[in-house]
Amino acid sequence: MGIEIQSLNYIYNAGTAFEKQALKDVNLKIPDGQFIGIIGHTGSGKSTLIQHLNGLLKATSGKVLYNGENIYSEGFDMKKLRSNVGLVFQYPEYQLFETDVFTDVCYGPKNLGLPADEVKRRAARALKLTGLDEELYKKSPFDLSGGQKRRAAIAGILAMEPSVLILDEPTAGLDPKGRDDILDQIAALQAERKITVILVSHSMEDVARYVQRIIVMNRGKVMYDDKPANVFKHFRELERVGLSAPQVTYLMQELHLKGWPVDTDVTTVEEAVEEILKYCRTGSSVHA
Amino acid sequence: MLRDMTLGQYYPADSPIHKLDPRVKLAGTIVFLISLFCFDSVDSYIVATLFLIFVIRLSKVPFKFMTKGLRAIIFLLIFTSLFNLFLVPGNTLVQIWKLKITDAGLQMAIFMSVRLVYLIMGSSVMTLTTTPNDLTDGLEKALSPLKKLKVPVHEIAMMMSIALRFIPILMEETDKIMKAQMARGADFDSGNIIQKAKNMIPLLVPLFISAFRRANDLAMAMEARGYHGGEGRTKMKPLEYKRLDYIGYLTLAAYLVLMFIADRAVLVTRLADRII
Ligand SMILES: Nc1ncnc2c1ncn2[C@@H]1O[C@H](COP(=O)(O)OP(=O)(O)OP(=O)(O)O)[C@@H](O)[C@H]1O
Ligand SMILES: [Mg+2]
Repeated sequence: MGIEIQSLNYIYNAGTAFEKQALKDVNLKIPDGQFIGIIGHTGSGKSTLIQHLNGLLKATSGKVLYNGENIYSEGFDMKKLRSNVGLVFQYPEYQLFETDVFTDVCYGPKNLGLPADEVKRRAARALKLTGLDEELYKKSPFDLSGGQKRRAAIAGILAMEPSVLILDEPTAGLDPKGRDDILDQIAALQAERKITVILVSHSMEDVARYVQRIIVMNRGKVMYDDKPANVFKHFRELERVGLSAPQVTYLMQELHLKGWPVDTDVTTVEEAVEEILKYCRTGSSVHA
Repeated sequence: MLRDMTLGQYYPADSPIHKLDPRVKLAGTIVFLISLFCFDSVDSYIVATLFLIFVIRLSKVPFKFMTKGLRAIIFLLIFTSLFNLFLVPGNTLVQIWKLKITDAGLQMAIFMSVRLVYLIMGSSVMTLTTTPNDLTDGLEKALSPLKKLKVPVHEIAMMMSIALRFIPILMEETDKIMKAQMARGADFDSGNIIQKAKNMIPLLVPLFISAFRRANDLAMAMEARGYHGGEGRTKMKPLEYKRLDYIGYLTLAAYLVLMFIADRAVLVTRLADRII
């Protein structure tokens, strides 16, 4: 069934001199099992939008339906919603508080009221997924490095095993390898358990590599909502709102202009390599 | 709500009142508040009313923001009015069972309410048009003669402005951590007191850690830039009186003189007496 957002508006500090409309008439359908990317310039409303999906922010007007049920209706079980829709915040390191990493990861599943051995099993599995060194499990979370803290914090949400996983820039400030590791694990998890994953990111490359659908936010509105290839066709408009397409898009566009009959819709480096090799193998005599 | 805290009740606008030196506004507010207590004739209150309206119009702050502060004292207002209305002796106007409303009581009730409302609105004008930081600056400068008496004026002012700066940051942080823990199934509302206190741990631990980290960072950054207390320290934007500020003081003086004259002349009161 999934999540549906209907004419959602959100205003920060409504009724004061500092009113700020962060979301304007947002309509979205998020069916189960999709891997979705949300991109948009700084302050475009991405973080605000995703906090509506698990009821942390209440819309100024409009509706959010979870499996067809209005989450703002009387008696709706918010706690249940939050256990099903896991949200990893931007810079989630803030949320660590326990005496050691493992206990901290147990906090989420424990709040779900699960038996102790199940809690431990889930925590162990989540920590393994994020690739955190096992010898760090018993260390204080405050003694970890920034990247290690990030992994521990992401594990804290993964351990709740939500059916919708939302990650707000999970890789900001990580090294390239750490970034790929985490995203690969999440993609594998998504494929294996058929969960919905929503990835907020500034990196077109990341988004293009993993997601099947991109939502572009611009000044609180949904600007595009389509397959990556279709969204990146609008690379000129994207540039105008401070974004860009992946570099391969530009490369393929250039090649196309030079008269190479390559497919400009490819979005990842691997696809581009394939496409160019295919062209070279057919042995065309066009000289660039 | 968070940004509210950052700026107190500050309402940004481009007005002469906003531009006034905070010391002028401090003095103005104090003088206005004291004048409300020193003069109690109808005539002087008319002058006070006109002055208040004049300043509010000049400040370009919508009137509804002026009255926001009144909400806090609404009960006080109702109680004083009722007590005055029924308990002040005088000529009975209306009698309901044993309760008498007297002419003096009615007069007193109206007068006290007006005074309370003006007190609040008078101070609102200052807080609405001055950021807390400007206010601290103004206080520091106004109190600087106390330095001779070894009062650490600069240090106190610095502590005040750092605290003011930190309140919104900590509020924002609290909000952020609270949401992050709620996303992990935390429940801050239910349970008995002990349970509730325990539930706060996931909020308080990260909050304290981040507060200490920030304090540490700030201390380090201040030292790195050579901060060593108030001795010999100059300001980037020193508070200096400009023409507008002298006009402000003159207006204030004019107000006081008018109040005085109105109180002595009691024109309106005499006029009213003659008509009756
Ligand atoms: N707590 C808040 N109070 C007031 N305004 C806010 C608050 N949080 C965000 N805003 C405003 O709402 C708008 C959207 O913010 P949001 O955090 O959703 O942006 P974002 O797309 O996540 O940006 P980024 O890429 O920098 O994380 C911004 O203009 C911001 O200034
Ligand atoms: Mg954000």
